[in-house]
Amino acid sequence: MADAVELIVNGARRRVLVQGDTPLLYVLRNDLELNGAKFGCGLGQCGACTVIVDGEAVRSCSFPVALAQGKKVTTIEGLGTIDKLHPVQKAFIDEQAAQCGYCINGMVMSATALLQRKPTASDGEVRAALAGNLCRCGTHARILRAVARAGKEMAQ
Amino acid sequence: MTGPTISRRRFGQAVGALTIAFSLAPPSWAQAAKLPGSLDKNRMLDGWLRINPDGTVTVFTGKIELGQGILTALEQIAADELDVVQPRITMVSGDTAQTPDEGFTSGSQSIEYSGTALRYACAEARQILLELALERFGLAGKTLNFEMAVIDGTIWVGSPDRTVTYWELSGEAQLHREATAKASPKPPEALKLIGTSKPRLDIPAKVTGGVAYIQDMRLPGMLFGRILRPPSYTTQLLSFDEGRVKQMPGVVAVVRDGRFLGIVAEREEQAIAARDALRDAARWSDEQSLPPADNIYRYLKDLPAEDHVVSEKGAGPAPSARAVHDATYTRPYTAHASIGPSCALAQMKDGALTVWTHSQGVFPLRRDLAKALALDESRIRCIHKEGSGCYGHNGADDVALDAALLARAVGERPVKVQWMRGDEFGWEPFGPAMTVSLHAALDERGMIVDWTHDVWTNTHSTRPGQKDGVNLLAAWHLAQPIAPGKPEIIPQPAGGGDRNAVPLYDFPRQRVTHHFIPEMPIRVSALRALGGYANIFAIESFMDELAALAKVDPVEFRLRHLDDPRAFAVIQAAAKHAGWQPNLPGRTGRGRGIGFAKYKNLSAYVAVVVDAEVDRRSGAVRVTTATAAIDAGQVVNPNGLINQTEGGIIQATSWTLKERVGFDRGGIISRDWQGYPILTFPEVPVVSVTVLDRPTEKSLGAGEAAQGPTAAAIANAVAHATGARLRDLPLAPERVKAAAFG
Repeated sequence: MADAVELIVNGARRRVLVQGDTPLLYVLRNDLELNGAKFGCGLGQCGACTVIVDGEAVRSCSFPVALAQGKKVTTIEGLGTIDKLHPVQKAFIDEQAAQCGYCINGMVMSATALLQRKPTASDGEVRAALAGNLCRCGTHARILRAVARAGKEMAQ
Repeated sequence: MTGPTISRRRFGQAVGALTIAFSLAPPSWAQAAKLPGSLDKNRMLDGWLRINPDGTVTVFTGKIELGQGILTALEQIAADELDVVQPRITMVSGDTAQTPDEGFTSGSQSIEYSGTALRYACAEARQILLELALERFGLAGKTLNFEMAVIDGTIWVGSPDRTVTYWELSGEAQLHREATAKASPKPPEALKLIGTSKPRLDIPAKVTGGVAYIQDMRLPGMLFGRILRPPSYTTQLLSFDEGRVKQMPGVVAVVRDGRFLGIVAEREEQAIAARDALRDAARWSDEQSLPPADNIYRYLKDLPAEDHVVSEKGAGPAPSARAVHDATYTRPYTAHASIGPSCALAQMKDGALTVWTHSQGVFPLRRDLAKALALDESRIRCIHKEGSGCYGHNGADDVALDAALLARAVGERPVKVQWMRGDEFGWEPFGPAMTVSLHAALDERGMIVDWTHDVWTNTHSTRPGQKDGVNLLAAWHLAQPIAPGKPEIIPQPAGGGDRNAVPLYDFPRQRVTHHFIPEMPIRVSALRALGGYANIFAIESFMDELAALAKVDPVEFRLRHLDDPRAFAVIQAAAKHAGWQPNLPGRTGRGRGIGFAKYKNLSAYVAVVVDAEVDRRSGAVRVTTATAAIDAGQVVNPNGLINQTEGGIIQATSWTLKERVGFDRGGIISRDWQGYPILTFPEVPVVSVTVLDRPTEKSLGAGEAAQGPTAAAIANAVAHATGARLRDLPLAPERVKAAAFG
């Protein structure tokens, strides 16, 4: 019943044996042991599970793994590490832009997808790009500051 | 040289032995002096910290990280009092096998209780180590003509050739003794870390995909569990055919006990698929047992209530008044709505249960798990692991019992259970619905001379660990159910439903009555700020209404009724930073309002000024800016305090503008983010927070302090913008439109 699916995750070729309709989220979290993408709603409503597939921010909780076959999947682990942070990750630390942080994966990934396209995105464009990413702690103000800071860094 | 050293050591040992003997004698406990903070109930020094020979310090706290940054702040406190650098410290929190029992991490009390305990415990440990250092150099008991210093755990005993480290002394340091609190924590001018914005310890892992949450835990052989709840509180399971579900791929166990149904599978998506199939395999009774949604406040008020007068001032007949005013405010059932559904891991081994949980209280949870599972408490260990932010009592405790029930059914393999989105929204205990009625009289000078406050509400805490019953959801659904505990009142001065019902304003005559409704037609418990949110919303809205009657500017009107200089200072600071202009003309579609409170009347002071715009066509309110001032006494980590306050303001803006739990007679119907929308990025205000630091005052709980003032500030801004007074939460567009634009 299981299908062999080939993915390119954070630059590495990975092969998993799962049913093709399995949401990408569970493959990333449980098969590849990547913690970044989070289960929030399973309905594509909250954004906690966001990853980047071929440059687009997608909701991995409702994205069948078969659709990612052969595509480039980037998770937050693929952006940078604690020793070598991506500008967006660094900006979130510099701005202390987290409370519980459960949503932060989605914030970082959605913001990265936007800034890779348009590092000079305005406050309004950032807000619009993050409109589908929910935060319950109310860290929005810091997240906006972090994205603006990262944008400046990436524009250079 | 040798002789005296030995004798001093012997003396030291004898003193240590005496201390222990003393602490074990019952009369000493009975007469034990009250110790500061949580030290009072957890009196052994080594219950709080250990100095290790390898150059590290282990610090224990019963308080846990909820995303509020508490572990960072407590580590700063320990490092500062001990004079060691933070990287030497390992924080151990919320583990029934290791840490002090500090009850729940709730009510903005961690700095006040755990922080205070750690300050005294660490100061005393430092003192003990300094005395040992003197002993080592034969200086004990002698008059010293030099100062001792500690630099990162190295003690300088007056000269560069007389140094000894904590780590060298760790074997001699008798920390297994009762604290005395006689070593004073450092005065403000000697502090190096307390009062500084140290970066949070947990954020780097959270932005790089490290193991940060219980959801990220993996144990060898771990299975995945999911629960299928009944459609509503009272529905009964009529029939159930597990045959097909058992055959599904990966399914290890189908667990049924009464109307508790669970699935265990090898893979997570298999557990979810099996749960869906289970739903199709179960037939439930049709129950229409919830109260009517459109008349909920009347319904609750008609239930039997215990009336408690919690404050009364001024006797005799009501004074003569120039004007009297009455108003009633309501707050709907409100969800915690954590972004990550609740999760737990459990493992049964050799008759002992280990539960990893994001409960706010591992010790009270263990008490209820023991009762629900008929296991001795000594056979259960609960270990805290961080979860998604909870803002009070959500599904965290419930899912711990779910995981334990499933783990018990599969032998020794650990089981991780995470609720689905609909489980969390459908079954979490909500913040209770409330009605607040206020009455006031104004004299000729425009001063309030009479005030009554009546609040009707359920209990605001049904957390686990009560004396009677079990407050864990699955226990109520078992074939042999265990009833929940009897609903309890949280007494004043903190209060529960009546939190902040007693006005901080100085009125000559007042009467505050808490109408406590024991019966709970909808499951409720603690939500950030408890009754303080609605009581402050009501009081601070009413103050604006009275200010208008008295024809006095709202800021000025508040100040005239206050005699607390710190209250004065935060109101003036918020007004100043917001550029408050007295008597600004209103009804322009844009408005500004203020709200103020001293949380619980004993924690932080907060004032918030809000600017809002009201859309004429839709009635939608947009809060554009929020400017706040907070006085939380001595601040441990200013950035952390600002983060909590910003977050509180934004979350309260969401509650105030958008949130209410949807239900009908058949059950809870707001089961996802479409049914329960919260504030999104395009709607979020620009927030700025000013901290009034008071290093010589004690630290005050702050995490929940902004909720009530924000709600009132928004309602006051809407009234200023439109002339319409909205008294029912949330200030939803259709309500604003009807009230303001007819």
